[in-house]
Amino acid sequence: MPKMRLPKIPDAVVPPPLRKPGKPGGGGTPKGQAPSDLKTAPPERQSHGDKLLEMGKEAPIDALGWVDQRMAASGFLTGMLYRKVPKGTNWFYTLGSATLFAFIVQAVTGVFLAMFYVPSATQAYASIAHINNDVPFGQLVHGMHKWGATVMVILIFLHMGRTFFFGAYKYPRELNWVIGVVLLILTMTMAFTGYLLPFDQRSFWASIVGININGTGPVVGPYLSDFLRAGPELGATTLARFYAIHMLLVPGAIIALIGAHMYLVVKLGTTAPPWVKAERPKVAAPVSQLEGGANGNGHVNGSGANGARTHGEPVDGEGNGSA
Amino acid sequence: MPDDANKVNGADEASVKERVKPDPPGYFEGESMTRRRVFTVAAQGIGGLAGAAIILPAVGFAVAPIFHRGKERWEAVGPVGDFVEETYRQVVFTETEGIGDAGKTTAYVRKGSTDLEENEGEIIAVSNRCAHLGCPVRFVEAAGNFICPCHGGVYDFVGKVLGGPPVRPLDRFQTRIRKGQVEIGPRYSVTSQLEPVRARDPGEFTGGIWEYLYPPRPSTFPAP
Repeated sequence: MPKMRLPKIPDAVVPPPLRKPGKPGGGGTPKGQAPSDLKTAPPERQSHGDKLLEMGKEAPIDALGWVDQRMAASGFLTGMLYRKVPKGTNWFYTLGSATLFAFIVQAVTGVFLAMFYVPSATQAYASIAHINNDVPFGQLVHGMHKWGATVMVILIFLHMGRTFFFGAYKYPRELNWVIGVVLLILTMTMAFTGYLLPFDQRSFWASIVGININGTGPVVGPYLSDFLRAGPELGATTLARFYAIHMLLVPGAIIALIGAHMYLVVKLGTTAPPWVKAERPKVAAPVSQLEGGANGNGHVNGSGANGARTHGEPVDGEGNGSA
Repeated sequence: MPDDANKVNGADEASVKERVKPDPPGYFEGESMTRRRVFTVAAQGIGGLAGAAIILPAVGFAVAPIFHRGKERWEAVGPVGDFVEETYRQVVFTETEGIGDAGKTTAYVRKGSTDLEENEGEIIAVSNRCAHLGCPVRFVEAAGNFICPCHGGVYDFVGKVLGGPPVRPLDRFQTRIRKGQVEIGPRYSVTSQLEPVRARDPGEFTGGIWEYLYPPRPSTFPAP
C-alpha cells in the first residue's frame, strides 16, 4: 500500500531555498527562467482565455513578489516558520500559541465593544445593557470578551505550568520566563481593570475590595489606592482611569512584550520534553564520519545549528531538556 | 580552512589601518572631546530633555489626584428628634458627587449615650464601610452588632471589632447640628480605643506604629 500523500504545496508559497528545481521540459518551470530545451521544443501557442487564466493565477504571486522585493521579509519569515524543533515536540507546546490566540480574540472583541461602551459612571451600566439587549450580536461579542478573559488566564497558567514542568525556563531561557511573568502580571491587570467596566453591583464592590487590597501594602499602599481611584473614594474619574489602563496602556505593553517573548522563542529554539533522551555522539565512529555529519548530531561541540543545540549537545551527564 | 585564513588577513588589514589612521577633520593638539562626541552628547541631551518635557507632565497628570483634596461636604440627613440613644437609624447620603447612586454611602446614626462614656447630645455617625476590605456592613437590631456579608467581620454596638478579619473599628463621619437638622460631614477613622485619626482605607491598621506604616493621605480631611 502506498502511503497517503499530502497535496502538493504550490511552488510560489514555498520559500526559494526549499523549492525544487523545475524539470526540464515540464510545466513547472520557475518564473523568469527559460526552459533549457526551449529551442528544440517551442511551447504551444496559448489561447486568449488560457492567457487570462494564467495571468489570474500569477497575480497574487506577482503581488507578493512585489512586496517581498521591497521588504525582503521572505528570508526572515522562512527562518521563523521553517525553524527546526526538537524531537518529541507535542500538543503541550501549543499552549503558548493558544494564549496568543486568546489575546487576539480579546483585542478584536474589545475594539468592537469600545464602539458602543460609554466609560462614564452614570452611563456605563446602561451602555452595557444596550450592547447586550439591543445591538445585533452584542451579547455574543460581549460574552466572547468576558469568557475569553477567563480562558486567557487559564491558558496562561497552563502554558506556565508546561514551561515549569518541562524545565524550559532554564538557561538560556530565563529572560523569556521573566518576560512571561511580566505578561502574566499585565494580564491580571487587564482582568482587574476590565472587571469594573460593566459598573454593576458585582464590578463595583469587587473593584472596591481589589483597590483596598492594594491599599494594605505598607507605606506606599495608601497612595497606590488613591492613584487607582484618582481620589479618596471611588468616583467619576476611577472608571475613566480603569478604562484607559484597560484599553490603551496595558494592551500596548502586552503587545510589545509578546513580540519580545516570541522573538526569544524563535531565536533560542524550544526545548525537548524531559522524557526524550539526548542523542549521544558515537564514540567509536571514525573521525572522518564525525566531521562529515550533515545534521549536527555527530558534532561533539554543537556547531551552532539549531538541531545541535536542542538535542545533540549534552555530553556531560544527564542533560535532558536543559539544552 | 580558507574561512579562517580570510579572517586572519582581515584582522591584519584592520590593525594596519588603525595604526595609520589620519586625525579627524578639525583635530587640534590637546582637544579633550572630538567633534563627533560633542554632537552625540548634545543630541542625546536635547532628546532626553524633549522626552522629559512630554513624560513628566503626563505622569504628574496621572498622579495629581493623590495630592488633591476635594471640597468639604456637609449633608442634612434629618431633624435631631429622629435619632435616639438606644439604636441606630440608617441614613443614605452622597459622599462622592457626579456619579449618581454609585457615589452614595450609608451611615448608622444615633445620639451619644452617657452609658457608653459619650457626650450627651453628641451625634454619632458610624460608616457602613467594613474595615476589612470595604464591603457594606449591616446593623443587626436583634444582636446589636454590625455584620459584614463578605468575609464575616463582626462589630459591637459602638463599632469595635468583635470577630472576623477587620483590622480596626468602623469608620465614622463628622456630625453637626444646623437649624435643628443633623448634618453629616467628612469621614474619619478611629483607633481600637475609638480615638479619631485621619481617614484610612479599609484593611489598614490605625494607632501606634501603624500611623507611620499607613501614612495619612493628603486627599483626606484632618481628624476632628
